[in-house]
Amino acid sequence: MTGSRPAGSPRPSLGRRLRGRQDRNLWFWVFVGPFVIGLVVFVYVPIAWSIYLSFFESYNTVTPTTFVGVGNYVDMLRDPAFRNSLLTFLAFAVFIVPTTFVISLGAALLVARTRVMQSFFRSVFFLPTACSYVVAALVWKMSIFSGIRSGLANAVLGWFGIDSIPWLSLAEPPWYWLVIVTARLWLQVGFYMILFLAGIQRISPTLYEAAAIDGAEGWKVFRHITLPQLRATSTAVLLLLLINAFQAFDEFYNILSTFGTYPPYARPPLVYLYYTALGSGQDFGHGSAGAVILTLIIAIVAVVQGRILRLGDRGD
Amino acid sequence: MVIVRSKRQSRITGWARYSALVAAALLFLVPFYLLVRSPFMREQDLGSPDFHWLPPVWETSNLTGLFDNPAIPMARSLLNSGLIAVTQTVGVLVVSGLAGYGLARIPYRWSNAVFYTITATLLIPAAVTFVPSFVLVSTLGWISTLRGLIIPGLFQALATFLFRQFFLGFPKEIEEAAFIDGLGYWGTFWKIVVPNSMGFVAAIGTITFIGSWNAFLWPLVIGRDQESWTVQIALSTFLTAQSVQVSQLFMAALVAIVPLLLMFLFLQRWIVEGVERTGIAGD
Repeated sequence: MTGSRPAGSPRPSLGRRLRGRQDRNLWFWVFVGPFVIGLVVFVYVPIAWSIYLSFFESYNTVTPTTFVGVGNYVDMLRDPAFRNSLLTFLAFAVFIVPTTFVISLGAALLVARTRVMQSFFRSVFFLPTACSYVVAALVWKMSIFSGIRSGLANAVLGWFGIDSIPWLSLAEPPWYWLVIVTARLWLQVGFYMILFLAGIQRISPTLYEAAAIDGAEGWKVFRHITLPQLRATSTAVLLLLLINAFQAFDEFYNILSTFGTYPPYARPPLVYLYYTALGSGQDFGHGSAGAVILTLIIAIVAVVQGRILRLGDRGD
Repeated sequence: MVIVRSKRQSRITGWARYSALVAAALLFLVPFYLLVRSPFMREQDLGSPDFHWLPPVWETSNLTGLFDNPAIPMARSLLNSGLIAVTQTVGVLVVSGLAGYGLARIPYRWSNAVFYTITATLLIPAAVTFVPSFVLVSTLGWISTLRGLIIPGLFQALATFLFRQFFLGFPKEIEEAAFIDGLGYWGTFWKIVVPNSMGFVAAIGTITFIGSWNAFLWPLVIGRDQESWTVQIALSTFLTAQSVQVSQLFMAALVAIVPLLLMFLFLQRWIVEGVERTGIAGD
């Protein structure tokens, strides 16, 4: 803390050091200290503790005694339910990442080129961002995709003479995917649209003027100017989409669980972890091992994507 | 000739674009329409085989019924959510604002090491570490307390990182003048820097507030007793309960989003700026 204090000089009192000539080292810690202490206590300590717990058998206790080595990790990786949760994430990501990307980019392009009521349209797409996943899950489950005829989706099908679909029933085909994906789509499209809009507004108009002189229009302009210029934004959007999909919990939990029980299928990693660590078993050993594995996966994805992002920047 | 055709073509694409926008906007408004319509319907109309665009009978008893329902502590959970969102927003702004300024402006030998310690945690989303955090908070005895709901969320590396980036771009000359006037770091920060950064503060603040109000996983994990439920937990419990009065459930949802929608309408500019600057969503 007092690294640059000249050796041998007497140490003045704290009050004098705060009031008198600015002691930079001290003031640095006055400003940064509260945050760093909080970060250590509420982020680093829990993670370290969890790594410790992950090597022990610890049911219902956070001070375990039975050391099991990497046993919990082996169990987790062998557990078909855990592997299924990763597959569930992959399936979810395959649906949600490209659809959100395309629709939010499309919305941004449409909004950016509209002169009439531009801010109105922007607000409409952005408004769902203020909505919580719980509220969206409620509307989706109880109104749009309720299995009955008065649910909006089935009412629309009814106008075309199509039978009602039990969207959330256990029967095949798995219609619940449509419910879950569209809910998240509605909630997050506006957010990514804003990111794309900001990117589009940064593109220099001279590029478009040059393209117009060359006679390029429509798709060609998009393909050769807009899209390449949005490369940094696109990479960031893809990374955020992937990380957010990995953390999916709220809409799965609220749409799929009924009467306080969650079906055995469609459990993404955090839902699986929630029921393992905080369900009736309170299995902190396996829960911690699972958390460590998931943290590693997400950190690796972020680092790799960060690399790609930086490479992309250099290429521009 | 070519120009004429391209003009007509652009008018056609203009109309196509506009129609697509209007259609998409209507589609995006449907859930809000349902959120406003359904609370005022009678239970039998919501469950009837015919879809009603408007309530055949406007029913307002759901609002009073909601606050009288003993199973769902609506008033208490609204109060909790408000308390948590306000304190968390103020807390994050103060803690991260100070830290960001210190990192940006106060020279210190280990400044970089501290900065890397902070940014390393950006790689780990908070939701993924809910099990470790739960273990810590339960050891502290903070389960089902406002402390447990608020304090662990105060230390957000992303907010600190963004404040640091922002203060690095703050015009240094103004600060130096203040410094010469004898304000020191503390005085310069509060009297000169903060009043001139209110736009950025508002942007981070609104985003934090929305995230806090809409948070679900952490309040679910920590809020075990009814008294500590946030409005999202109350809604979720209502939604997944054994027997549900759907119209009242929708009234609860409407009540839960009204504060945010109002805030959204008034502060939209800052929210948009916050999103552009942060790239963070509420979850």
